[in-house]
Amino acid sequence: MTTPATGPVAAVELLEVRKNYARVQAVRGVSLTIERGEVVAMLGPNGAGKTTVISLMLGMRRPSAGHVRLFGLDPGDRAARSRCGVMLQESGVNDVLRVAETVAIFRAYYPRPLPTGRVLELAGLEEVANRKITALSGGQRQRLYYALAVCGDPEALFLDEPTAGMDVEARRSFLAGIREYASEGRTVVLSTHYLEEADQLADRVVVIDRGMIVADDSPTAIKARVAGRRVSFTVNPAPSAADFEGLPISGLELRDQFVRFHSSNPEQALAAAFRRGWDVQNLEVVGADLEEAFVSLTTGRGADLAQTDERP
Amino acid sequence: MSVKAELRPVAIPRLLVVQTKAVLLGYWRIPLFAIFTIGLPVMFFAFFGLPRLHQEILHHVSVGAYILASLGAYAVSNVLVYNVGIGQAQTRARKLDLLQRASPLPSWIAIAATMVGGLVLATISLVVLLVVGAAAGVSLPLTHWLLLVLALLYGAIPMLGLGLTIGYLGSSGNLAPALASLIYLPMAFASGILIPLSQLPSVVRAIAPYLPLYQVGQLGWNAVGAANESVLAAALWTAVWGVVLGALAVYAYRSDQRRKFA
Repeated sequence: MTTPATGPVAAVELLEVRKNYARVQAVRGVSLTIERGEVVAMLGPNGAGKTTVISLMLGMRRPSAGHVRLFGLDPGDRAARSRCGVMLQESGVNDVLRVAETVAIFRAYYPRPLPTGRVLELAGLEEVANRKITALSGGQRQRLYYALAVCGDPEALFLDEPTAGMDVEARRSFLAGIREYASEGRTVVLSTHYLEEADQLADRVVVIDRGMIVADDSPTAIKARVAGRRVSFTVNPAPSAADFEGLPISGLELRDQFVRFHSSNPEQALAAAFRRGWDVQNLEVVGADLEEAFVSLTTGRGADLAQTDERP
Repeated sequence: MSVKAELRPVAIPRLLVVQTKAVLLGYWRIPLFAIFTIGLPVMFFAFFGLPRLHQEILHHVSVGAYILASLGAYAVSNVLVYNVGIGQAQTRARKLDLLQRASPLPSWIAIAATMVGGLVLATISLVVLLVVGAAAGVSLPLTHWLLLVLALLYGAIPMLGLGLTIGYLGSSGNLAPALASLIYLPMAFASGILIPLSQLPSVVRAIAPYLPLYQVGQLGWNAVGAANESVLAAALWTAVWGVVLGALAVYAYRSDQRRKFA
């Protein structure tokens, strides 16, 4: 393994981990070491296996094969668990209780928790401290789950899609909070399907697709690999694939008059199209979404093609 | 932040206390539920016991005492089926069990706290009923009162098994309220704790001894001296039902855990 026996114990260690649900292979051979103090984003489309990987790290699921260590211990070990705070993608609380009561209950599970008042402040819940949880908005509820994750003053935070369902402003302040938490030398593992989120927060991005790690790098390096724009338009008469030869594009899709492709240099591609005298209608140029970025990252072939194709 | 390498997890007894308090707080916060579980047996006593309080039935036992014992069994089992059973099903439906599992709280402590909390609430419900009964004029020797409480708390064991089984049946937990009423209400009637055994149709009377709640009823009637079966037989059958329903609850719990955490 990468960690020498005498060195400090890593926060998380996965070694050749596999997880099968019935016939579905959710995780297919993942090895990953997360050192203490690292802020790692696990990036991947829905169904990529991010949630399963986090469940395995926390001992909420048992691996079908391979080894998992949390602070060098079995992840089910209470000593390991007492050092972790967790925000799950799907979970709930007893919503007849009040916010502060629920925080007080969860902090009592930890050996050295933060004071309830401090937790409410961290999560921005002071004003609703005495409100019943049923009366919370979706965003406040999400902040409550964050409060329950940090209430034990944990060394490592595991956040599974924490900003799902938050509006832009809520997401911004939420991420600022996590950054502050991480700046105190704590480990953060967060899953997301937003590249910007990973970029804003993490020192390291682990891209997961179809149960495997397909990239593990700094956010800058990952971004460079998935940069580009998605271009779509209609043109009459319908073009053929041959018409696009020599243009700096990849992932070309043609459906009658509808054209769509991915390009790291959309200006050049479009200039060429206009030069050909095409009657371009319904033009759209948007940032490539992650699904597409994954196509280029995951199909290996796609990434190479993108490079060769895009030489003018 | 401080070095936490030597941080010890919270001690188990402390976790149990904290979690039991959380369970009880959850009951306290649903006033309607508490009113039903504590108020309903008292209300039934007012309807059926008060008018004939001092009439004598079997072995010079008053109707009041007999009905108190019957409704005591009802009060205890009500809490264990409705509060514990449906409460646990709600915990699953809300996915609180997932969050607890991710926390340092061991799953078995969460369950133990649910059971302890249920037994505390059952005891409160029983004691309130008996205090109302005594205040209304039912008189029994002190030893009988104590015996009645102990007998019915012993009878709580199989009912706790039934409650937890209901709480863990089904994958979502949404079935529990319907299941509880479907299983428990007919059983309560057929066991003779809501309608005296002597007034049950003969077919039902023939089935009654095979029901767990009938045995719990016998324990209660024995305590006030109005039973038609021996206390030993009732205690034994209650223990058998405790094992059977307990095993069912463990099975249902394990299937749920496997589905979520295997």
